[in-house]
Amino acid sequence: MLDDFMVRATLAGIGVAVAAAPLGCFVVWRRMAYFGDATAHAAILGVALSLAFSMSVFVGAMAVALLMALTVSVLSGRGYAMDTLLGVLAHSALAFGLVAVSFISGVRIDLMAYLFGDILAVSRGDLAVIWGGAALVVALIGWRWSALLTSTLNEDLAHASGIDPKREQLVLTLALAITVAVAIKVVGVLLIAAMLIIPAAAARPLSRTPEGMAVTAGVIGLLSATIGLRTAYVLDTPAGPSIVCVAALIFLTSSMIRSFKPAR
Amino acid sequence: MSLVQVEDLSVRYGARTVLSRVSLRVEPGEIVTIVGPNGSGKTSLLRAIIGAVKPAQGRVARGGGTKIGYVPQKLHIDETLPITVTRFLKLPGGVTASDIARALAQAGVPDLAKAQLSQLSGGQFQRVLLARALIVKPDLLLLDEATQGLDQRGSAAFYQQIETVRRNTGCAVLMISHELHVVMSTSDRVICLNGHVCCEGTPAVVASAPEYRALFGTGTGGALALYRHEHDHGHDHGDHSHDHTEAAE
Repeated sequence: MLDDFMVRATLAGIGVAVAAAPLGCFVVWRRMAYFGDATAHAAILGVALSLAFSMSVFVGAMAVALLMALTVSVLSGRGYAMDTLLGVLAHSALAFGLVAVSFISGVRIDLMAYLFGDILAVSRGDLAVIWGGAALVVALIGWRWSALLTSTLNEDLAHASGIDPKREQLVLTLALAITVAVAIKVVGVLLIAAMLIIPAAAARPLSRTPEGMAVTAGVIGLLSATIGLRTAYVLDTPAGPSIVCVAALIFLTSSMIRSFKPAR
Repeated sequence: MSLVQVEDLSVRYGARTVLSRVSLRVEPGEIVTIVGPNGSGKTSLLRAIIGAVKPAQGRVARGGGTKIGYVPQKLHIDETLPITVTRFLKLPGGVTASDIARALAQAGVPDLAKAQLSQLSGGQFQRVLLARALIVKPDLLLLDEATQGLDQRGSAAFYQQIETVRRNTGCAVLMISHELHVVMSTSDRVICLNGHVCCEGTPAVVASAPEYRALFGTGTGGALALYRHEHDHGHDHGDHSHDHTEAAE
């Protein structure tokens, strides 16, 4: 079954959707959308370094994404507004990454694959990494769920309940870095944030509890991955962007449902 | 044994000292109110008591097994986060349905269990926050300007609720308030804070203390009195001499 590239691609897409759903909810609730973007963009620098030192792309991307996320956490609240800081770091990391990649001979052709993903070329090994990473992210967030949710609601309430919000922030940062590394092959660095934010945002009008929203986001991500891939196959369109397009259409539909519905 | 004992506490944010050498204690069952101008370190004091800020000096000690319920100043629930009152009260865990029903009843909002948090009015929301603090059956309730954003009637009703809670559960209350008339009528003790403890005692004693008068003044003289007060305590003001001369004239 895994011999079919479409089956492998679909499984890869589902893996990313499963990891991105609960994490994406926190990204939306905590208004970290741009933070997710910055972390993802930094990953291209990780890709370049991995290729230069012939390491695993997964490890390099994850290390640089993690480094970026930690840098942002440390620098935030030190003189620059958060959006300015992220704007500087995200685009610099992307630019440095692109320049670094150009130094490595023979890679130029592959650049598109890292920017927009190359889901149809997912190997069995990639699949194992994607599912391993996704399982780790889901386990991490599931384990810390209540503490994460409490710190997201209010940091002082978290303190009063004996939870350290900084530690929970670190858990999210780690989960984000893993997700970015895992999703590069599937949607590419430019569209990872979309897989985090769009399914979660689309799930919002359909949910009454945080858990409900995370599950709904997972289902929406799963539908986007499968329908998007099928569409890409039939219409011969790029796979990663097709997945995101389907997610965007679901978001549009769910927003329209909300506006026709009276208050939740 | 005091419920909570603050000894010689100083808190700094970077180079700025917001609290210096503050000591206070809260005994079981009493209502203590902290008053003070903006930026006088009231919130920092409460945050130090719950452990959200680390003291630069001194310490905060809780009596053996003192349970603290905390009602924050304001809580913004993002529209994007769907959550019912029940789910909110269950966080971070270990809370039973009967705990929730009891706490909501004590806070005076027994019917809100299924409501969405983002749909509540200001007054309802504050009572849900109160219910959340009451879940743990606290010995000490900490309230940080809990009536901010409520109109006068709403805030009077809220403070009445607090008194009822104290009567029914016997918990002590340490609260910050801007509403001096409320403070004077309901508190057993008032602490006047301005980076340090200016004065403290029963409401009557504090109201007649020169330090308190200097901080809050009477009638229209209040603003000037507030200014002079800061001088008395040697805070740094660039235009010190100029204004001083003016005041002397």
